[in-house]
Amino acid sequence: MQIKKISENIYEIPKTGCMNVPGLVYASEKIMNAIKQDKTIEQIKNVACLPGILKASIALSDAHQGYGFPIGGVAAFDMKKGVISPGGVGYDINCSVRLVKTNLMKKDIEPNKEKIVNALFRKIPSGVGRGSKFQITRPELNKLLENGAQYVVDKGYGVKEDYLHMEEEGKLPGADASKVSERAIKRGLGQVGTLGAGNHFLEVQYVDEIFNKEIAKAWGLKKNQVTIMIHCGSRGLGHQVASDYIKKMEDKYGFKDLPDRELINAPINSQLGKDYYAAMAAAANFAFANKQLITYWVRKEMKYLFPKIKIDVIYDVCHNIAKFEKHIVDGKPQEVCIHRKGATRSFGPGRKEVPATYRKIGQPVIIPGSMGTSSYLLVGTKKAEELTFGSTVHGAGRVMGRGQAFKTIDKSKVEQDLKQKGIKLKSGSWKTLVDEAPEVYKDIDEVVKVVDELGISKKVVRLKPLTVIKG
Amino acid sequence: MKFKFLEHTADIKFQAFGKTMSEAFKNSALAMFNSMYDKKVKPVKKVKIKIKGKDNENLLYEFLEELLFLLDTKHFFLSSIKSLKIDKKNFKLEAEMTGDHAKNYDIHIDIKAITYNEMFVKKIKDKHITQVVLDV
Repeated sequence: MQIKKISENIYEIPKTGCMNVPGLVYASEKIMNAIKQDKTIEQIKNVACLPGILKASIALSDAHQGYGFPIGGVAAFDMKKGVISPGGVGYDINCSVRLVKTNLMKKDIEPNKEKIVNALFRKIPSGVGRGSKFQITRPELNKLLENGAQYVVDKGYGVKEDYLHMEEEGKLPGADASKVSERAIKRGLGQVGTLGAGNHFLEVQYVDEIFNKEIAKAWGLKKNQVTIMIHCGSRGLGHQVASDYIKKMEDKYGFKDLPDRELINAPINSQLGKDYYAAMAAAANFAFANKQLITYWVRKEMKYLFPKIKIDVIYDVCHNIAKFEKHIVDGKPQEVCIHRKGATRSFGPGRKEVPATYRKIGQPVIIPGSMGTSSYLLVGTKKAEELTFGSTVHGAGRVMGRGQAFKTIDKSKVEQDLKQKGIKLKSGSWKTLVDEAPEVYKDIDEVVKVVDELGISKKVVRLKPLTVIKG
Repeated sequence: MKFKFLEHTADIKFQAFGKTMSEAFKNSALAMFNSMYDKKVKPVKKVKIKIKGKDNENLLYEFLEELLFLLDTKHFFLSSIKSLKIDKKNFKLEAEMTGDHAKNYDIHIDIKAITYNEMFVKKIKDKHITQVVLDV
């Protein structure tokens, strides 16, 4: 297969066969070699074959093989001729990350790490089979699905400033609970305010390095200041919405001509396309609400330990989502349906979607690292709007499968490494240690270096973990 | 061999085997739960399910999805399948299973969904094989 390097960190997969547009991979040579090892390139090409795709089928430097669309993938579609695809969003709709800042410093946390990790682990349900303590009735859940984090705040679990500092203000417009199936609702009822398992986590961190003093100051961050990061999604409700609409679209449109059954899609303008968007938006709102409730519990628990603590939301970004946004295509502004699957919006200064308090600077972009490694806070840029439909990476991205991880990674070595770094970890299962070990992911520093060099988001601060809770 | 796991960068991929399609489906369910927890699960509760599909792959998808649904809503974690019958003509499946409450086990992976990615249900000579990629 021919892959052309067109400039530093940019590779092109030329149009062949059914491709309507070329493929573009934004990666370093080192990362490109890792990407070539699995089916990522083939999946980028498959996405390029979908009707109405604009400019290019894009993969970013954290890309790896997914199902249908690759993870770390971005694809924008023409509103009239294009399609919307549940596989282009992923099963964990609005799997997303929130970053909050505290008025504590690293030295306040150091002697209390054990206490903190135990308190948060006890309070916030994580893992499999541990339901939420938050009881919600069916009609109330419908309101939550249509109003997201704003619903939870209105019920007293937070302040208005919380949702003002979230992507879409914590409420994706166009959500319709009546488009969410009974099965999905049943899966969601017991899961509001639960972390889940796998790569989802809750970390207490500190600002380890500042790359852009001015922006860090504007966002209220200084060296050694303590932040908390929450990574989770729409849980079983979102997974069910994806499954339901994949099946509905198959019934309506068939899948015989698709290279991968997971590429199933519907025209954006069709009834089914509209219904999927409305249900997906409801699931996205579930994820916003989920993290808002977890934030409430974090505030409560931390207040017991630090009575003078103040916790403010910096931002909350979506990683798995389809949205309608305006972008410049062929020199003209055009509304598109953008799919970000394992990718983060990265809008620069001036966009109306960016909260008023950040509009002059650009949006905060939160990039979580793997267990025990650094995470980054970056700023969105105009360059991203030019190159990647205003998108950047979402994390390190896996390089190693689970089978290989269990064969090659020594659990006690992972434990020792965490201990040496002074990180307190609590998890529902010891296996998570191996399954989520830093070695199974790409090097986050390298992934972030590429997007910073490309300018599709710029480094602001680096965060290091003090305590970690894994599901 | 009842099932084997294949290498996949991010998700879980397995093949399950059987002398009959029913046995291969049964082993597919066991493979999925084995990926979450690989030790013995107590047969405390009994559950019966009936599934309807549109083709073999869809029937397998619906069957495994029902098990995830029971896990999310009732915390039912599979121990064994007592019986599993497939009506191949009408793509119908009936199963009787035992299991326990998930909270009693140290489960490290949350299977988010069944996917159609690389899925197949095949008969090669006398052997029935299924292949599934699970989203985690």
